[in-house]
Amino acid sequence: MMPEISLNILDVAENSVRAKAALIEITVSVKTKEDTLTVIIRDDGCGMTADQVKRAQDPFFTTRTTRIVGLGLAFFKQAAESTGGTFSIDSEKGIGTIVKAVFILSHIDRMPLGDISSTIHTLVVFNEQIDFKYTYEYDDKSFSLDTREMREMLGDEISFMEPEVSLFIWEYLDNNKQETDGGADI
Amino acid sequence: MKSLEELRAIRAKMQGKVGVRAENENQIRVVVGMATCGIASGARPVLTALSDAVQEQNLSEKICVTQTGCIGLCQYEPIVEVLEPGKEKVTYVKMTPEKALEVLRLHLLGGQVVTKYTLGAAQNSL
Repeated sequence: MMPEISLNILDVAENSVRAKAALIEITVSVKTKEDTLTVIIRDDGCGMTADQVKRAQDPFFTTRTTRIVGLGLAFFKQAAESTGGTFSIDSEKGIGTIVKAVFILSHIDRMPLGDISSTIHTLVVFNEQIDFKYTYEYDDKSFSLDTREMREMLGDEISFMEPEVSLFIWEYLDNNKQETDGGADI
Repeated sequence: MKSLEELRAIRAKMQGKVGVRAENENQIRVVVGMATCGIASGARPVLTALSDAVQEQNLSEKICVTQTGCIGLCQYEPIVEVLEPGKEKVTYVKMTPEKALEVLRLHLLGGQVVTKYTLGAAQNSL
């Protein structure tokens, strides 16, 4: 079991990386009035057939060959559903996949969101060949990070791994999250 | 709110300073397992610690930190593999950011394998 929602996001987004996505969109949306925390991970990777979607939620299914269990999506599904929330996977072969998990915010079994800024930072910096669009919403406020916009401003030569760029990405994510949710304990 | 516009300033400042990131053949590859098993056991901070240290100490010419999927030894995660040209692969198990930095200092820079953290040591102690 993952201790934080943000680690589930990192794990599930790695599926999109392996699915050879060109663009991965991640949305984390906290709605205090509706009492929900919604996570949407959408990619334009290789997608799955209806049968694979069904099996992907089975812990004893994986496409990898190094072990016979694949707990990533099963963990995420269980984490959401154990709060009374919902979980869905929509996928089409050759088009892409959308994973959506809704958590009930105030439920005692909801794990903390955790260090979402580090998760997004890790994904962006270590997968430079993939475009990411991350959106964080807290009630009426929101901010986003789009690596395509970043590339436009930074040019093609400078790597996201350069210390100054990497630090900027982290500060951008962390500061803007603070301003968006006012430092709320989620 | 912080703006992405700041990247333009970083770009201007770094103009001409960016060396070619040639993957030279003598480079040491450090691979962190980042599948479900690794992430659940704490691989994210290990990866961050290693990559930050390599950047901060200007070692990216010599050392390349990357991630991989499941290595197949889930019970030993977080796992860090060190692949040095011409040498046998060293597998470090049950890593933490602190242990990883020790590996960086003693092994990657000092050339001494930190035997107590290796897979071999963990298996022998069973």
